[in-house]
Amino acid sequence: MARHPESPDEIYAREEEPDEGWRRPPPVEGASLRAVVGEWSRKNLFSSIPNTILTVLCAWLLWETLLPLTQWGLLDAVWQTDDSAVCRAAEHGACWAFIANKYRFILFGLFPYDEQWRPLVAIALFVAALAVSCVPSFWRPWLVVLWLGVMVACGVLMWGGVFGLRFVENGRWGGLPLTLILAVVGIVCSFPLAIALALGRRSNLPAVRAICVGFIEFVRGVPLISVLFMASVMFPLFLPEGFTIDKLLRAQVGIILFTAAYLAEAVRGGLQAVPRGQSEAADALGLSYWRKTGLVILPQALKTSIPAIVNQFISMFKDTSLVIIIGLFDLLSTAKAALSDPPWRPFYVEAYLFAALIYWIFCFFMSRYSQFIERRFETGHRRS
Amino acid sequence: MPATLNRTPDAQVAITLDGVHKWYGAFHVLNDINLTVHAGERIVVCGPSGSGKSTMIRCINALEQHQQGHIVVDGVELTNDVRTVDRIRRNVGMVFQQFNLFPHLTVLDNLTLAPVWVQKRPKAEAVQTAMKYLERVNIPEQAGKYPGQLSGGQQQRVAIARALCMKPQIMLFDEPTSALDPEMIKEVLDVMIELAEGGMTMICVTHEMGFARTVANQMVFMDGGAIVEKAPPETFFTAPKSDRTQQFLSQILTH
Ligand SMILES: Nc1ncnc2c1ncn2[C@@H]1O[C@H](COP(=O)(O)OP(=O)(O)OP(=O)(O)O)[C@@H](O)[C@H]1O
Ligand SMILES: [Mg+2]
Repeated sequence: MARHPESPDEIYAREEEPDEGWRRPPPVEGASLRAVVGEWSRKNLFSSIPNTILTVLCAWLLWETLLPLTQWGLLDAVWQTDDSAVCRAAEHGACWAFIANKYRFILFGLFPYDEQWRPLVAIALFVAALAVSCVPSFWRPWLVVLWLGVMVACGVLMWGGVFGLRFVENGRWGGLPLTLILAVVGIVCSFPLAIALALGRRSNLPAVRAICVGFIEFVRGVPLISVLFMASVMFPLFLPEGFTIDKLLRAQVGIILFTAAYLAEAVRGGLQAVPRGQSEAADALGLSYWRKTGLVILPQALKTSIPAIVNQFISMFKDTSLVIIIGLFDLLSTAKAALSDPPWRPFYVEAYLFAALIYWIFCFFMSRYSQFIERRFETGHRRS
Repeated sequence: MPATLNRTPDAQVAITLDGVHKWYGAFHVLNDINLTVHAGERIVVCGPSGSGKSTMIRCINALEQHQQGHIVVDGVELTNDVRTVDRIRRNVGMVFQQFNLFPHLTVLDNLTLAPVWVQKRPKAEAVQTAMKYLERVNIPEQAGKYPGQLSGGQQQRVAIARALCMKPQIMLFDEPTSALDPEMIKEVLDVMIELAEGGMTMICVTHEMGFARTVANQMVFMDGGAIVEKAPPETFFTAPKSDRTQQFLSQILTH
């Protein structure tokens, strides 16, 4: 009998199989449960010789990797101490105490210690606004208002200087709030810009098309690092004397332009996948160019390009860590900076794992969300 | 109702094509097309593949631009001006071979999109009209579904209803049944026959000769970008003047 394609659960279940041994079946139902497990593993793990070899190989790999990892990360780890000597003594264990001591610096950078509730609230507001925006039935005009409100609130919290809050210049912002600001503002601003560029690239007006093609090809041709350098070093050269634009803003603009160029190509791919008949049908119904684009073409184009778009956002989220080269302290930089405290210097693995975990949580969420959205807008051939 | 089928068309002219030419590069797609359609007339256009049938009817609602000659629809001459194009498209509905429904919208939203956004009708009224036409094409129960969940015949009937919701004076059909399985052709043709009985001005590209016999009051045969023969169905089918028409008919009728 043909087997169903494996679902992810099935695959995970298979990898966990070696652990099944210690899960002793309860005595009464023992026999039947054992029979079920036996039956299941015969079907899924040992159905053929290659399958059996793979099962054994996977079990061996898991054994070899998971065991030392558990030993290091959990069993031998030091969880709580203010004295780094304790950590050094536990040679074969992780030093999570480093994170316990430094997490506030890693998360909030040089933000004044007593005021760090402010970036915390700002992050909470950001995440709450993101969560609300994730629900498709909330995609209404008020969402824009909500975001404007959240942006203003975050600005007030981060900068302060009003309502009795101490002023904190944005050179002292760092860590997670900085990463989130760069990423979320980057996503929110680059997306419409990318759509405009993609439409412009297909425009009938030669001037518009030339500008869009020129911009996209230029920006795609240079690495993000050089865009950031240009934004931070070259751009001020063109400004009149005595006129400065904030460093954070320059980096933000650089990231937006860079992401928009790539996104524009993802969106253009989606636009090209919409059959010509759609445009003709809209024309025949008398829809104007903008209505046709907004109501008929773009919804379909964006739907097909969801994976490519989210891919771009995920990659951009991680690329924000490059702002360190122009002296901004994002999450990865603060993690690195935390290591410069001499007693804690050896614990870089823990520091990077901690930063990686935070990046991973956000990126994993984006990827799952994109799958959800794809399913949500699936209207294809589901005839039963 | 069938009595209206044989009604002589009133004098009012709905569409005039006068010396229309079109080229794709050096290729002469439309060669001196002259055609007058009166209000309430049903024209059936046939001819071999590549003869320019689609191109001709797509010129009428400006999906293609002609390069010479005049096209006048309901008294408005078609020019490059967006406003005349808009006015004409408002009066002319079109049904495509591939249905071209909007797959991301439900059937009902497909039907109300243009009335709401182009004609600025209130949503409730647009929904009411949409349901009326869905009943007319016998699928009111499908209103909430997406096009991808319907059969080809159902999709084409939705496409007809979508065009009708704009209350057009004229309907253009470009091979509306050629993408359908045989058992679905009838349900679409029935809807079109009913439409013809209601007095709609229609230009229909089709090779369904049975349908043409019942409905057409003028047959047009095209070949090589030109209109070769124009005749009422009785003479067209029994005594075609041109050899090419004869040849074409013998081919198509023996199949
Ligand atoms: N965009 C285009 N560029 C160049 N040639 C074209 C283009 N569109 C159509 N043609 C050519 O014009 C001719 C007429 O095309 P048209 O689609 O009007 O034919 P048709 O009579 O509708 O044929 P069919 O029965 O196959 O639909 C064909 O030879 C086709 O190859
Ligand atoms: Mg055709």
